[in-house]
Amino acid sequence: MSENEKKHSRLRLVIQLASAALLNGYAAGFTGKKIFTGGSKAVCVPVLNCYSCPGALGSCPIGALQAVAGGRRHSVSFYVLGSLMLFGTLLGRLLCGFICPFGLVQDLLYKIPVKKLTVPKKLDKPLRWLKHLILLLFVLLLPVLAVNKYGVGEPWFCKYICPAGTLQGGVPHLLFNEQLRRLAGVLFSVKMGILIGVAAASVFISRFFCRYLCPLGAFYSLFNRFALYQLSVDKQKCTHCGKCDKVCPMALEVKDNINCGECIRCGKCKAACPEKAIS
Amino acid sequence: MNTKAKNILRCCCLAAGVGFIGLGLYRGEAGEVLDKAVRICLECIGIG
Repeated sequence: MSENEKKHSRLRLVIQLASAALLNGYAAGFTGKKIFTGGSKAVCVPVLNCYSCPGALGSCPIGALQAVAGGRRHSVSFYVLGSLMLFGTLLGRLLCGFICPFGLVQDLLYKIPVKKLTVPKKLDKPLRWLKHLILLLFVLLLPVLAVNKYGVGEPWFCKYICPAGTLQGGVPHLLFNEQLRRLAGVLFSVKMGILIGVAAASVFISRFFCRYLCPLGAFYSLFNRFALYQLSVDKQKCTHCGKCDKVCPMALEVKDNINCGECIRCGKCKAACPEKAIS
Repeated sequence: MNTKAKNILRCCCLAAGVGFIGLGLYRGEAGEVLDKAVRICLECIGIG
């Protein structure tokens, strides 16, 4: 790793840690078996951050989308969608690369020094569509369509899949709250299994959840191509050394498609380029 | 995608985003979000 890469890596880690601390800054929640109930929870944070985390100061946009859609009054939340459109248009998936706490968890897990795996392209390409399917089915459709006799739907993604919710909400609450611990059953075991599976995969495959499962990443990917924050490759300076491709945590062909929907704008390619061809 | 197309898309999405937020606030959706977020979501934490 060059000096430039180390400097960039340290700066990004500081931003990620600060962001995780700010988004979950309600320290009293971790000691008092409670969650923050202030007005800022009406505001969606721009990343996947469970609102049941004891420290969460804002709302998870994916959870909020399902909560409104599953309610009896509305089947779609313009408020949340509008917020996400603003975030996406301004920053695209830069939020994934620098702000998302679950992204930070995956980055830290990937630092564990074991032999890393490369997902074959034949498997990788179709699997990338899975997160879009999860967004469509579990976040947008099922909460509206699969309702009980009172017309209320469940938050399907939060309930059956979200490992961020299990880690940020489930684990601390069940650790500190005996009553909730007694209520844990099969569903909690399944969700813990998913969390452990995603965590284990993240040790071997960088940003495993972001690549294949994150519905918010799927949404923001729609904006990458025209978001205000863009990357560019100076083809005159590029020597095709391939360093950008080697360091990319999303396993992209960086110089050929730098503003594609899969790029999380982590900036590792920019820091690694010896010719400073990426800006 | 050329710069003009990007700028048009950006403007449209920003305008739509602001419009959607306004519409959502008018419909009381912020209150629904707050209502959900201030209670421990038993589904989210795996209790069901």
